[in-house]
Amino acid sequence: MAIAHRFCTFYLDEVWFGLKVESVQEVLATPAITPVPLAPRAIAGLVNLRGRIVTTIDLRRHLRFADRPSTPPPTLLIVHYGCGLIGLLVTRMGEVVEALESGLETATLGELVVEVYTFPGRLLHVLGLDRVVGGGNEAH
Amino acid sequence: MSTATDGMAEIVQEFLAESAEGLDLLERDLVELERDPASPERLGEIFRAVHTIKGSSGMLGYPRLESMAHAGEGLLGGLRDGRLLLHPALTSGLLAMVDAMRTLVNAIELTGNEGDGDYRAIVRSLEELLRGAAAASGTAASGAPHDGKSQNLLSENRTSGRKIRVDAGLLDRLMDLAGELILARNQTLRLTASQNDSSFLSAAQRLKRVTTDMQDAVMKARLQPIGSVWKEFPRLARDLALSCGKQVILEMEGLETELDRGMVEAVKAPLTHILRNAVDHGIETPEMRTCAGKPPAGHVRFCAFHRDGQFHVEVSDDGAGINLARVRQRALERGLIKPEQAAEMSQQQLARLVFSPGFSTVEKVTSISGRGVGLDVVKTNIERVGGTVDLHSVSSRGTTLQIKIPLTLAVVPALIVSSARQRFAIPQVNLVEVLHPDLAPEEQPMEQLCGMPVCRLRKHLLPLCFLDRTLRLRDEASSASYIVVLQAGADQFGLVVDAVHDTEEVVVKPLAQHLRAMASFAGAAVLGDGQVVLILDIAGLMQLTGLSTVSRLLRPKQAAETRSGGCGAVAQRWLVFRGSAGSRYALPLPAVARLEEIPAERIELSAGREVVPYGSEIMPLLRLSRLFHEPEQKRELLQVVVLRGSGHSAGLVVDRIEDIVEEVVELRGGAHSDSLEGPAVIQSRVADVLNPRSLLAHAQSASNLEITDRNG
Repeated sequence: MAIAHRFCTFYLDEVWFGLKVESVQEVLATPAITPVPLAPRAIAGLVNLRGRIVTTIDLRRHLRFADRPSTPPPTLLIVHYGCGLIGLLVTRMGEVVEALESGLETATLGELVVEVYTFPGRLLHVLGLDRVVGGGNEAH
Repeated sequence: MSTATDGMAEIVQEFLAESAEGLDLLERDLVELERDPASPERLGEIFRAVHTIKGSSGMLGYPRLESMAHAGEGLLGGLRDGRLLLHPALTSGLLAMVDAMRTLVNAIELTGNEGDGDYRAIVRSLEELLRGAAAASGTAASGAPHDGKSQNLLSENRTSGRKIRVDAGLLDRLMDLAGELILARNQTLRLTASQNDSSFLSAAQRLKRVTTDMQDAVMKARLQPIGSVWKEFPRLARDLALSCGKQVILEMEGLETELDRGMVEAVKAPLTHILRNAVDHGIETPEMRTCAGKPPAGHVRFCAFHRDGQFHVEVSDDGAGINLARVRQRALERGLIKPEQAAEMSQQQLARLVFSPGFSTVEKVTSISGRGVGLDVVKTNIERVGGTVDLHSVSSRGTTLQIKIPLTLAVVPALIVSSARQRFAIPQVNLVEVLHPDLAPEEQPMEQLCGMPVCRLRKHLLPLCFLDRTLRLRDEASSASYIVVLQAGADQFGLVVDAVHDTEEVVVKPLAQHLRAMASFAGAAVLGDGQVVLILDIAGLMQLTGLSTVSRLLRPKQAAETRSGGCGAVAQRWLVFRGSAGSRYALPLPAVARLEEIPAERIELSAGREVVPYGSEIMPLLRLSRLFHEPEQKRELLQVVVLRGSGHSAGLVVDRIEDIVEEVVELRGGAHSDSLEGPAVIQSRVADVLNPRSLLAHAQSASNLEITDRNG
């Protein structure tokens, strides 16, 4: 019996991404974001999560998607990172899926994508949270 | 099965916490014992602490820890029986054992096992100490067999306080929750303004009162005695004293004085630095002390207490005191003060110069302190948490440092301002005044000074920082509006913002790890309306804009400012600076684009000339010393006057910037080089006036010349 992993999935534009399901705390509609001037480009700003201040990363910008000038992505994913929380802005949520080890592709991976799984008709790009958060530091 | 392992994990956790505490006590007691070797109770306590660790580590299966404790126990047993006498090497051996045990305990905590470090050398040295000192072979060292029972009996003797351990993270969370409650209160109180329902109003009042009490209680829970930081000091003082051949007695008073855990962390490094300073620079060697008629051992005294709702620490030593003559000389050399100022300064003022950046009177760099980072760092760190430092020194009698800090940083009153529609919070401690654009129009006209905008405020020049430009909040220029006058250390500057809102008590939260490196923000907070604002770090902002250089220049110059004007001729502004031989030079200020401090290592050679990358261009450097054949001094930080011509810049390296003056200057002729317009009298003293155009041309041609040289 092959080992299965569960992923919480979401979309950036029409590309399908996933994160380990245990790292996701909650999903909410993007609240007001306070931008942080002079911060790295990928940092969208700070949001108030019931009194906690959570740093939020714009994943589209971080993954260098073509910039859309208008409003920030409508969905905010709150994930555990270290002993704190990080917000990730995404276009919309997908379902929670189980991926079998056998579906794992040996693809050339990007900076932030650590695994790719094949699903019927589509590919799931699994993000490495360490890389996403740790890599948010590059300059403007 | 899983409950059994959980139980085991719990036992290990308990063991680790107990051992860490035991080791702290052990370290303290060992140092105390050295001062008072004839204390059987203390020796007994030490013995028990080591024995407990030995017993538990044996039971839980940590052989390295056990064998180390075993060797230490043998040595302590010898001491207890009077077969051994305590001497510094023995204490050092035991302290080394404490360090090694701590490393092991930390390793167990992190990885679950002892790791594969080799501690046999320490065990061996402990055994050698035992053998070397006592004729009897290690019969006592074999010790009692460790079984659970004897260990339990012994550990029951240990006095345990009436306190419980609370996870530090939980305390932080409680503070967060109290913060949220404050927010909810602020929101509710805002609503009461539009309500007439008396029952709602009284409920709101009660909420207000309870929240305030709750906030106080949580604050109290977060308080930590300063002794938790000082516990390391006896050991540190001992090691320091030993390594610089001095005798030091450390006294500590008010160990139980409490302050917020965040603040305890913040003052740890500065206080440690002060202790190092006191032992290294303050206390003299025993011989020098005896000559001066003092007891050979010097005293360093730490005293903590609460007064006026603030936390005070006084650190005094009975050492040599600060050598004011040397301070004066050093300050003059470094250009921190002017000769005429030096003559007028009181002893107190002179002594305070040791807080100036880059000041260090000790020529010899020691391993302990004095790597060019000195008391200025202490001062900056204390000021960063809203505190103050002062210093009194009496020659040959000693030095006293007084530190005052607020009890907590977690909740601070702040002024909310906005720029480019974004709000920011300014801690009220930094606030001096707010200038309204309509009220003081004649104070408002802005000018440029060395590329830095300034405005006139009651005869002073106030450097300005435009928040929108500094933080790149918008592209288009703003119409100048409010100026918030801020104080950071000794410097003042004006922060230009679009609007000033009200003040609010905000709960300061640190920024996430990857934003913490940003100098301009001290943290973030949630406002009453639920929005997040960034809290400005005033000192950081000043550094970011490079205002500190200009502000330093403007500080001592009010006298010159009032002296100017009056006569019919139009006064001009001059930048006065010095060459290395002490000669004075002046340049018309409009020619100066900026003043920069450039680290020497940034200088590069391009086609044989000195250049530095400057913005998008490569700026050639001219050295004043080479132009006028003055001796050259090696500096790590070069003072550079940036001149701007059409399309290119040149940097003039000077020894130090002296002043900006506004005067009618009459050239006396007699130029002896084309870069020199001639001598003139500025501020009743002679200065050579330079010609910026020919300096710029010189910088260009020098490069061309050298390029052709190379090709030819």
